[in-house]
Amino acid sequence: MTNATKLLLAAACVLFLLVGVPALIAATGRNDLYYTLTSVALLSIISGGVWLTFYIGRINIGQGAFALLGGYVSAVLVTAYGISFWLTLPVAGLVCALASVLIGLPILRLRGVYFAMVTLTLTEVMRLLALAVPITNGAKGIVSIPLPGGVSLFGLTLIPDFATLENPRLAFYLASVVLMVLCFGALYRLVHSRIGHICLSLQQNEELASSIGVNIASIRVLAYAISSFLGGLGGAMFAAISQSIYPSSFTVADSVNFMLNCFLGGLHYVLGPILGTFALYFGWDLLFQTGVYQLLIFSSALIVLMLVLPNGLLSLRLPRKKGA
Amino acid sequence: MEQVIANGLYLGAQYALIALGLTLIFALMNVLNFAHGQMYVLGGFVTYTIYGQLGLPFVLALACSALTLAIVGALVEKFLFRPVIKRSAREESTMLLAAAIAFLMDAIILILFGEKQRGVPKIINGVFVSDSLVMPYDRILVGVIAIAMIASFMAYMQYSRTGRAMRALAQDRVAAQLMGVNVDRYSMIGFALGALLAGVVGGLLVTITGVNSGIGGPISIKAFLMVMIGGAGVVGGAIAGGFILGMMESVGLNVLREFGDVTYLVIFVLLMVFLSLRPNGLMGKPWG
Repeated sequence: MTNATKLLLAAACVLFLLVGVPALIAATGRNDLYYTLTSVALLSIISGGVWLTFYIGRINIGQGAFALLGGYVSAVLVTAYGISFWLTLPVAGLVCALASVLIGLPILRLRGVYFAMVTLTLTEVMRLLALAVPITNGAKGIVSIPLPGGVSLFGLTLIPDFATLENPRLAFYLASVVLMVLCFGALYRLVHSRIGHICLSLQQNEELASSIGVNIASIRVLAYAISSFLGGLGGAMFAAISQSIYPSSFTVADSVNFMLNCFLGGLHYVLGPILGTFALYFGWDLLFQTGVYQLLIFSSALIVLMLVLPNGLLSLRLPRKKGA
Repeated sequence: MEQVIANGLYLGAQYALIALGLTLIFALMNVLNFAHGQMYVLGGFVTYTIYGQLGLPFVLALACSALTLAIVGALVEKFLFRPVIKRSAREESTMLLAAAIAFLMDAIILILFGEKQRGVPKIINGVFVSDSLVMPYDRILVGVIAIAMIASFMAYMQYSRTGRAMRALAQDRVAAQLMGVNVDRYSMIGFALGALLAGVVGGLLVTITGVNSGIGGPISIKAFLMVMIGGAGVVGGAIAGGFILGMMESVGLNVLREFGDVTYLVIFVLLMVFLSLRPNGLMGKPWG
């Protein structure tokens, strides 16, 4: 595929998501799908961050910590200081990136399961921190966060005030999809840039990369910071949509799910997290009618999937490699 | 102070036993068993059913817990982990499988036993009281059983033929295979043994703290903490990690009482600092 066709294909997909899906939903009247699709878009942004840490060869089960942090940063700024939500969105991402640099400097020296276990406990740390720190309002959480306000530049309304819209769900959907497209576009560019290739070399052999002059310490901190930035972004948006955030909004189970999304989509493809999130979230939702057996069927399906396709959904189209 | 130390030792013995199973599975197969906490819960519920519901002797219940979990562990290894490890391109894929198994076990436990907190009658009544120490007899008994289990596990690993084979396997899989160790068979035995340990602790602790279907995840996290403190894949490390965590929890609950529920926060922060100084834990091999 040439670059031009790729670009066209991507543009067609984006157009479908922004115009086609709302039209379909309007035609079928399934307004509840907006919330589901918005969640998929946001969760895939957060999972995209996890995917990037996989790309440098680290198993990250701590993304829930940064999603929670991002959500709280945005929620506190909006409710306590009255700052516009759209301004708090990048701030939340940046705070998470900063935090991840501080945390990442020591823990990124760990590898394999050690890193996985430390990041897993990180989620728990953030939950306990949210419970203990006074500004987060403890277990009661921060509730009734106002809907995002409008943004206008020179009298031109760029983003309307969500509270005045008759269908804020659609607005949230569009905003989340745009955010997702931006994030994954950036991720795609990053992976196919020089830095992306260096990240790949980190995944394969850190010592070798280091021996040919790659500053592995700074590259992996950079990748981790970007990853956490995405986590914070997604978390902040989530807090805005649900208009609330609690210490239990993102727990260890969520962190594990973010990781599963990446695995399921396949770790070699930038778009893997989107597909994985979509499959997992919709699978989970569809099974809702089965009641108590929901988790049973869901986890059995996951296990079967692992037995049949141990390398992720997107590995289907790959020709079978030797020994794979 | 003696009270705090006694509590720490008692907790530590339980924790060490949980961590031992996790570290054994990790050492043999390089699998991080997310379902370890769920195995603990299942063990607790088996004991609850046999000892608490049917009224049969506690020892029998404990043996049934051990047996059930050993079978579950062996089956999980043979039919789930082994094929996936053989076919997946990245070894991390086993983590997805382990997480899925954890979900599955959660679901099964929830359906079979419900979501209520369950307890059983005490195994021995009475409390040991001295000038500085108050300790119920059943806690002492459970602590002693746990320590005996740890000792017999270590002796088994050290002196039996199976133990020797498993240690060889943990050291170098290929070399062990070349020396004629049946890798598949001992991986299965190892996994079963690890699961068995989790089940036994579940059975022991149900007599004291009770059990409910939701505690599997938190128990797994605690087990991960202990393994990280001691170093993954090392038997001595797991025991050390268990006792250290038990002691920290006991001391923390006592010292940090007035600051509210921050013991685990402090433990986590200390762990981060510790791991940045010593990434492999106390006695772990480099890069697990």
